[in-house]
Amino acid sequence: MKRVLVFGATSAIATACARIWAQERAALFLVGRDLVKLHAVADDLAVRGAPAVHTQQAEANDIAAHAGVVEAAARALGGIDIALIAHGSLPDQAACEADAGAMLQEFAINGTSVLALLTVLANHMEKQRGGAIGVITSVAGDRGRPGNYVYGSAKAAVSTFCEGLRARLFRAGVSLTDIRPGFVATPMTQGLKLPPMLVAEPAVVARRIVAGIARQAGVLYVPAWWGLIMLVIRSIPRALFKRLRL
Amino acid sequence: MSAAGVLSWGNHPRFPQTAVDCSWGGQARACLEQLQQANGGTLPFGSGMSYGDSCLAASDHVLRLRRLDRFIAADWASGVLSAEAGITLEELLAASIPRGWFLPVVPGTRHATLGGAIANDVHGKNHHQRGTFGRHVRRFGLVRSDAGRLNCSPAERPDLFRATIGGLGLTGIIEWAELQLVPIRAARITGITRRFADLDEFFALSDEFDPRHEFCVSWVDCLARGRRAGRGVYTAGNFAADGALAVERARGLTFPLTPPVSLVGRWSLRAFNELYWRKSPRKLAATQSGYGRFFFPLDAIGKWNRMYGPRGFQQYQCVIPAADARDGIRALLAAVADSGAGSFLAVLKRCGNIPSPGLLSFPMPGVTLALDFPQTSTLETALFQKLDAIVRETGGRLYPAKDAHMSGADFRRGYPAWTQVEALRDPALLSRFWRRVTQ
Repeated sequence: MKRVLVFGATSAIATACARIWAQERAALFLVGRDLVKLHAVADDLAVRGAPAVHTQQAEANDIAAHAGVVEAAARALGGIDIALIAHGSLPDQAACEADAGAMLQEFAINGTSVLALLTVLANHMEKQRGGAIGVITSVAGDRGRPGNYVYGSAKAAVSTFCEGLRARLFRAGVSLTDIRPGFVATPMTQGLKLPPMLVAEPAVVARRIVAGIARQAGVLYVPAWWGLIMLVIRSIPRALFKRLRL
Repeated sequence: MSAAGVLSWGNHPRFPQTAVDCSWGGQARACLEQLQQANGGTLPFGSGMSYGDSCLAASDHVLRLRRLDRFIAADWASGVLSAEAGITLEELLAASIPRGWFLPVVPGTRHATLGGAIANDVHGKNHHQRGTFGRHVRRFGLVRSDAGRLNCSPAERPDLFRATIGGLGLTGIIEWAELQLVPIRAARITGITRRFADLDEFFALSDEFDPRHEFCVSWVDCLARGRRAGRGVYTAGNFAADGALAVERARGLTFPLTPPVSLVGRWSLRAFNELYWRKSPRKLAATQSGYGRFFFPLDAIGKWNRMYGPRGFQQYQCVIPAADARDGIRALLAAVADSGAGSFLAVLKRCGNIPSPGLLSFPMPGVTLALDFPQTSTLETALFQKLDAIVRETGGRLYPAKDAHMSGADFRRGYPAWTQVEALRDPALLSRFWRRVTQ
């Protein structure tokens, strides 16, 4: 029986992943901010086949609490085989431009809180000498864009952090998957004007994420064709890139 | 995400809907109020499997509930299951079948949502034994713009319970529902099939085999005339007594794009019908089939509605009361054959006499006929006028979930309880269908 810890468990992508794990009869430990939503997700996963579903309320930015949460999960599950970090927010870029405090708050949710959590998890998994960590970053981290560079740079920080941490954990037999979704139809993107052809369903995205973590992929673009799109976008010269309205 | 351009399954009438998603039950009332303020009203929207305009908001802004798709609880000992209303029948079956349970009633597609199944009080091939979907709903949660979250059951707010079953999503947002499932010992269907030469033979087969089979349905050749009129293929079945309780994951082909014109024409249809009838057994033959192929044959081709081109299609589904069923169906088929229009899908089925709790439930004791027609400029003015006259004469009625054309007078005559539903309608909710037939 797989034992899975999920941070940001009420997010649409995390829930979709957890449903696949539940169907595989995995035991789950869900962490989220909103207890009502957390319980709704837990009930759903139990009916779908998870033999045990634990819930814990926590704030991502409450960094002092992270160690306790990971410990509680390890105790409840009897060890952690997979940890998925999926919490995040889509910042109001204009508000972040106007106010450094607001900017840092968003950077903390999408960036530093994830780094803090990874630090705790990495030490735990290293001691365990095994396990898999998945972190949801974003294609937005591949290049800074005027429309969302606060979000993008926070995700980029996580991706670069992962690059180094992956090599460290490799020696302990722990895998670290940097998951970079493109546009996904979730409450986070509700109301955005996105090209419909490029928007993926959470259930489709989740299948690739769960499989990618299982085969210990390093970097995972989801859906896969975002890898190609980002290859093109990364290769646009800076002089041209700053003139584009991407 | 909010997407412009959601249509109903028939792609007709073409009033693209702007969809706002509601992902959590606790947000439903706020979504309702917001849509009411911004657009004057809305309508709950599930998978959009209704064919006509009953799932289109009068404001063209729908509240999509597909993300409200969580299970709430399941008692696998008693088969009582509760889930949020946006969950699809496919997802309900995927969880239930391995535990030896099945939905008591399934329509022709598994993509419909739980909320949609209640709001249209859907029926299936077992109507003569189990009645409609609404009969198996123990209770549900309703969110109204004027009263918030309410629990409804036959004992609690019975008026609202009855108005909401078959209530076309007008009495509030169905947030969740609790169902009684039926036990099965295998997910496979064993049955019989035989072709029939005319309607008299159909009625004889139906008399003989319907009582012994939970599931019965017939295909009819809607183009056959004269001596061949009313020929078709009768199929009946029951769940097998033993076998695997396996969920079918098979996903067939998907229609890749919408062709510029409808691929369904008189000649393609005539060839298909001739072939289909000829390949069906002349004498009674035993059949074995997975539940997917048996209940949801059309789901095998994803987005098959694209086959009808950008103008879309309409389904004509009526029920003719038992007393006039033979003559009524004969007259309908003659009118369709004379017109030369029609579809591969032409379904004939007997409805039983089990009453539904729903006020606007479609089935009545008699025979129901369903036919798809490519949309044309004269479809409603020529053929549908003739068919409507026959249905009216027999005291039958049309199915709102499939409808894009029925007259207000025909609706109000066929569904006299509509005034009770109107009285309980949520002031924030109005569909294009309801406005068309009641105002």
